[in-house]
Amino acid sequence: MSGFLGSTVGKKYLMGITGLIWAGFVLAHMAGNLLIFVSHDAYNAYGHALTSGNIIYVAETVLVLALIVHVFCAISLTKNNREAKEQRYAVAAGGKKKVSLASRTMAIQGSLILVFVILHLITFKYGTHYETTVNGVVMRDLARLMVEVFQSPGYIAWYVVALILLGFHLSHGVGSTFQSLGLMEGTYRDTWKKLSYTYAVVVALGFISQPVFIFLNGN
Amino acid sequence: MSGKHINLTLKVWRQKGPQDKGAFAEYQAKNVSEDASFLEMLDAVNEELVAKGDEPIAFDHDCREGICGTCGFVIDGEAHGPMKSTTVCQLHMRNFNDGATLTIEPFRAKAFPMIKDLMVDRSALDRIISSGGYISANTGNAVDANAILVPKPDADEAMSSATCIGCGACVAACKNASAALFTSAKISHMALLPQGQVERKERAIRMVGAMDAEGFGACTTTGACEAACPKEIQLTNISRMNREFFVANVTKRPKHKDGGAG
Ligand code: HEM
Ligand code: SF4
Ligand code: FES
Repeated sequence: MSGFLGSTVGKKYLMGITGLIWAGFVLAHMAGNLLIFVSHDAYNAYGHALTSGNIIYVAETVLVLALIVHVFCAISLTKNNREAKEQRYAVAAGGKKKVSLASRTMAIQGSLILVFVILHLITFKYGTHYETTVNGVVMRDLARLMVEVFQSPGYIAWYVVALILLGFHLSHGVGSTFQSLGLMEGTYRDTWKKLSYTYAVVVALGFISQPVFIFLNGN
Repeated sequence: MSGKHINLTLKVWRQKGPQDKGAFAEYQAKNVSEDASFLEMLDAVNEELVAKGDEPIAFDHDCREGICGTCGFVIDGEAHGPMKSTTVCQLHMRNFNDGATLTIEPFRAKAFPMIKDLMVDRSALDRIISSGGYISANTGNAVDANAILVPKPDADEAMSSATCIGCGACVAACKNASAALFTSAKISHMALLPQGQVERKERAIRMVGAMDAEGFGACTTTGACEAACPKEIQLTNISRMNREFFVANVTKRPKHKDGGAG
């Protein structure tokens, strides 16, 4: 198996699988967060339910390991890829043979996403611990923190930019995963691609809608 | 042939050899027939250079019919120039505007060492082929053509993968200098046919291994290779290669310690 994982193809399998794990997580995270539009209590009760059991530890471990593997492979492959192309062309392709911006800048997008993920955890997961009571149960008031954080236009701007980058990363990444895992055959090629774009747009817009709504609404 | 004529400014990469640093030199291509191919246009520029006692621009070429895979360089950042499904030898000057300036560079990849000017050494691709791009066949009388049945869709797919001419434009176009399109076309071509089954798993493992060992990059699925390929080799070949490689690795059988010829 070491021969497999040591190869460029094997590393792409790892990137693809770990990328898909995160892709599943961000979709679920985005959908769960939409509860903020229902009510602060609903949002807090959902967060409380998620963090009450032991499953949260399993999920967090899987996500952290997946991210480490993803980033490790990203660094290894990107370094290898740069070395394989010692000299670039004086003129960049601009005509029919030009390729998408998203596909050319995966490493830059990924690096910024990593910064965002870390800052995001500091702001929210390890942020101010407010408390509230919902149906007689004392729990963390994440909704209050969220509203507080999203009063700052600067923070919202960075948040929106980061999520657009995530959208880019996913629009190319999810489709590319099917390719990497060996599933991109003739008939379904375009279907996978469309699925990838649609998914990326839904995730990015879903996330962006939340701070924008809170900011415009005042709470 | 009469037809229209155009004038061009060419910025051509000149490099005496692997040790030379290399730089762009500017040339005027005057009164070029629109019916000429890109290589014929360069021939005319070279004749002028020779007449002046200068060194002609070195570039690879052979068939000039788009079938041998010998020609190839980059025009304005695009491998084999601006037209899809076309080699530079089949690229006609009618596709360029009068007065244009064109930047002409050799294929760039660490695995393609510089020879001279626009010529690079693509023997890394030959070494990938010799690592596993063959089948075992018994000698003797040729078997009847239809003795082994092949489903039509498989035959079509194998045939389109087999049209790769090994020009290396895919590597040149890729930001990672990945040889995945080339290697996958060869692996696909044989994996799809009954004759290729004997070495199927060995082949996938060896050819991917050879591809990595030659110093080519990995595939990021940008699709630059497919866009540049003069033979329209499909990106889906790479997906097939990955699957072949994965399956070969997870289902590989251990070698028998004893036995053998008996
Ligand atoms: C946190 C830092 C991250 C970095 C540095 C990073 C970097 C990269 C890079 C460089 C690639 C392209 C690899 C290649 O094709 O050569 C890639 C692919 C991918 N990334 Fe990320 N990424 C990060 C986070 C994420 C996240 C959070 C997700 C999902 C939500 C994700 C999903 C994907 C997917 C699905 C692919 C496609 C894999 C493939 O082509 O097989 N990435 N990433
Ligand atoms: S895949 Fe296309 S571009 Fe690459 S070597 Fe074969 S014919 Fe040339
Ligand atoms: S010279 Fe043979 S393909 Fe161009």
